[in-house]
Amino acid sequence: MSNSQEQETILQVSDLEKRFGGIVAVDGASFEVERGSITGLIGPNGAGKSTTFNLITGTHKPNAGTVLFNGQNITGKSPERIASKGLVRTFQIARELPEMTVLENMMLGPKNQLGESLWRSVMPGARRTVIEQEKEVRDRAWETLEFFEIDHLAEEYAGSLSGGQRKLLELARALLTDPDMLLLDEPMAGVNPSLEKKLLERIHDLQDEGYTFLLVEHDMDVIMNHCEHVIVMHQGRVLTEGDPEAIQSDEEVIDAYLGGEA
Amino acid sequence: MFSKQRLSTVSAQDLFGYLLLGGIALLALDLIRRLVMGTLAPGTLWTLIWNGFVDSLYIGLAAIGLSMTYSILRFANFSHGDLLTVGAFGGWTVAYIIGGIGAAGFGSRLLLDADGGAQAGALGMSIVGSPLALILGLISAALITIGIALAVDRLVYKRMRRAGGIALLIASIGVALVLRYIIALIYTVDSRGIVASAPFVGPLEVHELAVVGALLDLLGVEWNIGPINLHEATLVISALVLIIGVHLLLQYTKLGKSMRAMADNRDLALITGIETERVITATWVIGAGLAGVAGYLIVLDQSQISINVGWFLLLLIFAAVILGGIGSIYGALAGALIIGLTLNVSLIWLPSDLNEVTAFTLMILVLIFKPDGLLGGVETA
Amino acid sequence: MSEETTDTDESIRWQSDLKFIAKLVAVTYVGFAVLGIVTGVSTNEVAGFLATVTFYAAVFALLALALNLHWGYTGMFNIGVVGFMAIGVYTFAVLTAAPDASPAGLGLPMIVGVIGGTIAAALAGAIIALPALRVRADYFAIITLGFSEIVRLSITSGTLRQIEVGDTVYGTGGGSGIRYPPVDGVVTWLFELIGLDPNQNVLYETVGVIGVSNSVVDRFVYALILIVFILLFYALLHRIARSPFGRVLKAIREDEVAARSLGKRTQITKIKVFMVGSALMGLGGILWLGSRSLVQPDGLMPVITFYIFVALIIGGSGSNTGSVVGAFVFAAFLWEGPRFIRTIARANLNYRSPGTIYDAFVELVALDPMPLVGYLIGSLDELRWILLGTVLIVLMIKRPEGLMGHRKEIAAATDLSRPKRGETDE
Repeated sequence: MSNSQEQETILQVSDLEKRFGGIVAVDGASFEVERGSITGLIGPNGAGKSTTFNLITGTHKPNAGTVLFNGQNITGKSPERIASKGLVRTFQIARELPEMTVLENMMLGPKNQLGESLWRSVMPGARRTVIEQEKEVRDRAWETLEFFEIDHLAEEYAGSLSGGQRKLLELARALLTDPDMLLLDEPMAGVNPSLEKKLLERIHDLQDEGYTFLLVEHDMDVIMNHCEHVIVMHQGRVLTEGDPEAIQSDEEVIDAYLGGEA
Repeated sequence: MFSKQRLSTVSAQDLFGYLLLGGIALLALDLIRRLVMGTLAPGTLWTLIWNGFVDSLYIGLAAIGLSMTYSILRFANFSHGDLLTVGAFGGWTVAYIIGGIGAAGFGSRLLLDADGGAQAGALGMSIVGSPLALILGLISAALITIGIALAVDRLVYKRMRRAGGIALLIASIGVALVLRYIIALIYTVDSRGIVASAPFVGPLEVHELAVVGALLDLLGVEWNIGPINLHEATLVISALVLIIGVHLLLQYTKLGKSMRAMADNRDLALITGIETERVITATWVIGAGLAGVAGYLIVLDQSQISINVGWFLLLLIFAAVILGGIGSIYGALAGALIIGLTLNVSLIWLPSDLNEVTAFTLMILVLIFKPDGLLGGVETA
Repeated sequence: MSEETTDTDESIRWQSDLKFIAKLVAVTYVGFAVLGIVTGVSTNEVAGFLATVTFYAAVFALLALALNLHWGYTGMFNIGVVGFMAIGVYTFAVLTAAPDASPAGLGLPMIVGVIGGTIAAALAGAIIALPALRVRADYFAIITLGFSEIVRLSITSGTLRQIEVGDTVYGTGGGSGIRYPPVDGVVTWLFELIGLDPNQNVLYETVGVIGVSNSVVDRFVYALILIVFILLFYALLHRIARSPFGRVLKAIREDEVAARSLGKRTQITKIKVFMVGSALMGLGGILWLGSRSLVQPDGLMPVITFYIFVALIIGGSGSNTGSVVGAFVFAAFLWEGPRFIRTIARANLNYRSPGTIYDAFVELVALDPMPLVGYLIGSLDELRWILLGTVLIVLMIKRPEGLMGHRKEIAAATDLSRPKRGETDE
C-alpha cells in the first residue's frame, strides 16, 4: 500500500468478526474511511452496525479481524486507549453524566489533564499548575458550548436536558478530547427538526476544520444528503458501498432492506 | 447493550481461572492420596460430604428465595437473613404454645423460654416427643414469615418500586435491623437451646443390603450408615419436598412462567400484560415461605436459637446465590451445594474456625474469574 | 484576577459550612446541658456525656468522610468499612504492643504504628479493589462485606491466635485480642509538650471548679485532636473533589462506560481512590478503636459499617460537609442521645424492670404502665437499633439525598463562571 493511500485512509477495518454464543453478529466486515469525510454506515436492523461500532471502539473484542486507525493497530484495545488515540464515539442513547453539570461534563473531555493525577491535585505547589490548566479547560468548554449554542444550559445538571440537547452535549464533549475522528451512533435519533438542523450544520463546520465522521443513521434523508460515502451492512457483512446516488439505486440494497423488514 | 464491559486483560483473567481450577484439582488429588494412604477414612469423608449436603439444603432453601427477590425486585435484599430469624422465632413459638400445654407457663412458652421457665427437655420438644406441635410449627414458620414479608413490602418496598438497587439495598438493611431488634425486644438477645436432644434410629447395616452390600464386600470397603438423626432427616425431607415443589411450580404453572418472564425482562413483562404486582406478591410468598422454613429447620437441626441465626447465614446465602448466578434457582441450589461442601470438606485441610473464611474467599475468587457467577447468563428463573 | 475570586468563593463556602456546623454543635450541647442540669444530672456526668458525643461524632465523621470518597464520589459501594478499620488497628496494635506482652508486639513508637496501620489498610484496599473493576455495584457490596468478615474471622481463628517466632509469641490473640499503649496517650505527650504537668495542671484546676473530673478533660482534649484530623481529612477530600481527578471520580459514579469512551483510565483511578479511602478508614479505625488499650474481634462486627453508613446517609452521600453533619447528628441523637435519656429516666423515674415483656404486659393489663416503661428503658440498646433501622428506611423513602446531598458541589479546581468577553475573544 502506498504512502499517500495510507494518508487518505484514516480507519481501515479488515475481516472483522464477532460471535455471541452461537450467533454471528459481525461476519467478516471490511471497509475503509477516508480522512476528512462524512461516511454513513447503514443497514437493516440486526445488520451488525452497532456491534461493528463497539468492536472498533473497544467496547467489545472481536473474535477475528483487525482495525487500523491512523496506521496503528488498535484491534481489541481498551476503549480508553482507543479514545486517547483520537478515535472517539458517541452513543445511540446519549450517555451524559446526569448528576454533573453540563460544564462539568464538558470539562471531562480534554485529554491528559494535569489534575487527573491524584498527587498533583492534592499537593499545594503542584496544584497551582492544575488551577492554571483548569482555566484553559474552562474557557475551551465555554467556547465549545457557545459553538453548539447550549451555553445557556452550562450550569444545569446534564440529566435535566432534553434528548436532543444531550446529543449536542455528547458531541461537544467528544470534541473537547481533540479527536481526529468521531463515530456517531444514530446522532439524529430523538432529536427535534430544528436541533437536527443545528447538529448537521455543526458536523459540516467541523468537517471543514478537518474532522472525520463515521455515522450510523436510520434517517435516510440525513445519509443521502449529508454523507459523501455510504457503507451498507447486511447480515454482519459489508453488502456494498459507494456514493449516496449509487446506493439509492442499488438492487441488492433495496432487497436487503425489504428482506430485513419481512 | 453496552452495560457489559470487560477488563482489557482477558488472558490474565483466563489464567486466573485456570489457576483456580488447578488449585481445586490439586486438592482433589490430595484427597485421593489421603484416601489411598489411609490418612483419611472413607467414613470421615462421607460424614463431611453428608454434613455439607445438609448445610447446603437449608442454605439452598434460603438462597432460592433470595435469588427470586433479587431477579424480580432487582435488589440485594439484606433483610433476607432476618426473614429466616422471623421464621425460626415465629414457628418455634407456635410449636411451644401447642406442644408445651400444661408442662410450662404460657408466658415462658410464648417467649421461647426467655425466662428459663420452659426447658425444651421438660416440654419434650423433639420430633418424636411432640410431632404434631413441630409440624404445625413448621407450617406456621412459613405463614408468619410470609405475613411479615408482605407487610414489609407494603410498608417499605412498594413505595420504592422505581428506586435504584442501591437505595433498596440500604432500605433492606434498615428492615433487617428493625426486624432483628423487634425480635430481640420481645425474646431478649440471649442465645439458648430450645430443642430437646434429637432422637435417633439405626444404625443401618449397609453390608446386609443385597446388591450394595455385595459390591462393598467385593471392594473391601467398610461402610455403614451410622444412627440416623431424625431431626436432620426431617430437615432433609422437608427441604427436598419444598425444592421439588418450587421446581414444579415454576416450570408448569402460569404463575411460574410469569415469574420467569419478569425475572428475564421486567419492562417487557409489563408490556405483555403480566400483572407485576401479583408476581411480586407471589415472589414474596415463595421466597419468604422458604426462608421461614429454612430458619425453623436450622433451629431444629442445631437446637440453638438466637436473634442472629439468619443474619450470620446471610453472607453464605449471598455467596450461594452469587456463585450460581443471580436469576436462576437451579444456580442458587448449585451454589448452595458448593458452599455447603466447601464449609465441610475444607475441614480436611483447615481448622474449623476458618471454614467460613474459605467459603467467602472462594466466592470472591470466583467473582474475579467469572463476574456473573458460574451459571451466570443462564436464565431459568 | 479570577484566582482571587475563586479563593474567596471557596473560603466563603468553607466559612459558612464551618459556622453552620459550629452552630449546630453549640445548640445541641447547650440543649443537652440544660436538659441534664434541669433533671438533676451532675455536671461531671453532663460533661462526660458531651465528651463522649464529641468523640463519637468525630470518629464517625472521619469514617463517613472516607466512605464518602468511595461511595459518594466514585460510587464504589463499600460495606466492608470495618474490615479496613480492623486491618489498621490490628497492624497498629502489633507494631506498638510491648515486646513482653502476650501476645507480643514490636514495641515501636506510636507514630510508626499509626503510619503502618494506615499503609496496611491502603494495601488491603488495593487488593479488594481488583474484583471491583469487574463486578456490578451490588456484587461489590457483598464482596466487601465478605472481606470484612474474612478479616474478623481470621483474626478470631486459632490459627492466627499465637504465632511463635523464636522465643516470642506474636499473633492476634484470638477472641481475647491484643493489648497495647492506647493512641489517646498522645494527650499526655501533648501536655508535656506545652509544659504542663500531665497529672495536675492549670487546665484541670480551671475546669475542676465546675466539678469536671480530669479524665473527662483528657477525653475532651483527645476529641479536639480528632477534630484536627477531621479538618485534615476534609481538606484532602475537598481538594480531591475540586480537581480533574475528582471529576473523573464523579464520571465513574455516573457512567463508567461514558468516562472510558472519553479516554479516561477509570480502572487505575478506581484502584487509586479505593486505596486512599481505605487508608483513611484504617487511620479512622486506629483513632477510634486504638484509643482503647485493647482491641478484640467482637468490636469489629459488620454493624460498625452500618453506623458509618447511617451517618453518611443522614448527612447526604456526596457532600463532605454533609458527612460531618451527618456524623454529628447520628452521634448526638441516635447514638448517645438515647443513653442520656436513660440516665435521666433512671435518676427521675421510679420503676421496676420486669423479667420479660410478657410480665410487663400482664401488669399493663392490670393498669400499671410503669413495668412496661421499665422494660423498654432496660431494652434501650434494642430500641436504639430499631430507631436506626427506621431512620434508614424513612430516609430512603423520603429523602435519599440526605440533609445536604442535594448541594451542587462542582468538581473543578477553579471558578467556572463564563470568562469575560475580553479575555477569551482575542
